[in-house]
Amino acid sequence: MVMIDNSKQHTPQMKISVKFFASLREQTGVSDRIISCDEPQTALQIWQQASNQPTMPENILCAINMEYVAPSCLVNDGDEVAFFPPVTGG
Amino acid sequence: MIALRDTVFDPWQELQTFQHTIAAGKYGACCNFVGSMRDFNEGDTVSRMTLEHYPGMTEKFLQTICDEAREKWPLQDCLIIHRVGDINPNESIVLTAAWSAHRDASFAACRYLIEELKHRAPFWKKENTGHGERWVSENTASES
Repeated sequence: MVMIDNSKQHTPQMKISVKFFASLREQTGVSDRIISCDEPQTALQIWQQASNQPTMPENILCAINMEYVAPSCLVNDGDEVAFFPPVTGG
Repeated sequence: MIALRDTVFDPWQELQTFQHTIAAGKYGACCNFVGSMRDFNEGDTVSRMTLEHYPGMTEKFLQTICDEAREKWPLQDCLIIHRVGDINPNESIVLTAAWSAHRDASFAACRYLIEELKHRAPFWKKENTGHGERWVSENTASES
């Protein structure tokens, strides 16, 4: 017989800091938020959770800990993930 | 050296000041690029602009492209200064400069700094036009 203890509340193990910039910040209405999850996820999966959009437009850039990465890159506990539109400085 | 400025800067004064930090007699060429704000874009009058950036990543990226330029060419030094925040027409947005013993390296490095900055540094322009505010969607491609 398996005893299941429901008395303990589940606490996600990982916390990811997510940032949106420029037009993406305005579209999502969010500049910063924290996403909680149990196991490593890709930047694309973080995008899906944080933006509530299933697909990431092709021109969106993403960075983990301030380094450009592909959307398939894995995100780890404590990482900062940023999403932004094409850059227009200079 | 890289720097972000949230107020008006004079690129010519910046060049002169920074050049004094480079060993005299060791450089024979300085090439620079200054980008300033136009009062028009895509057929509209632009009265003001706001430059957003990603604090931390922007500085890190600008330092990276300076380091890359110094690896690619024999430079005495290089400089990038970029405005952030609210900007008015005719104010300087960006200065890139490279010092080297001979002109080829300084021309190539200066070009590299501004092109890498425009293609990859996390800045975003929002223009204020007679029709309201709008984000600039992308930078124009280089013609060379």
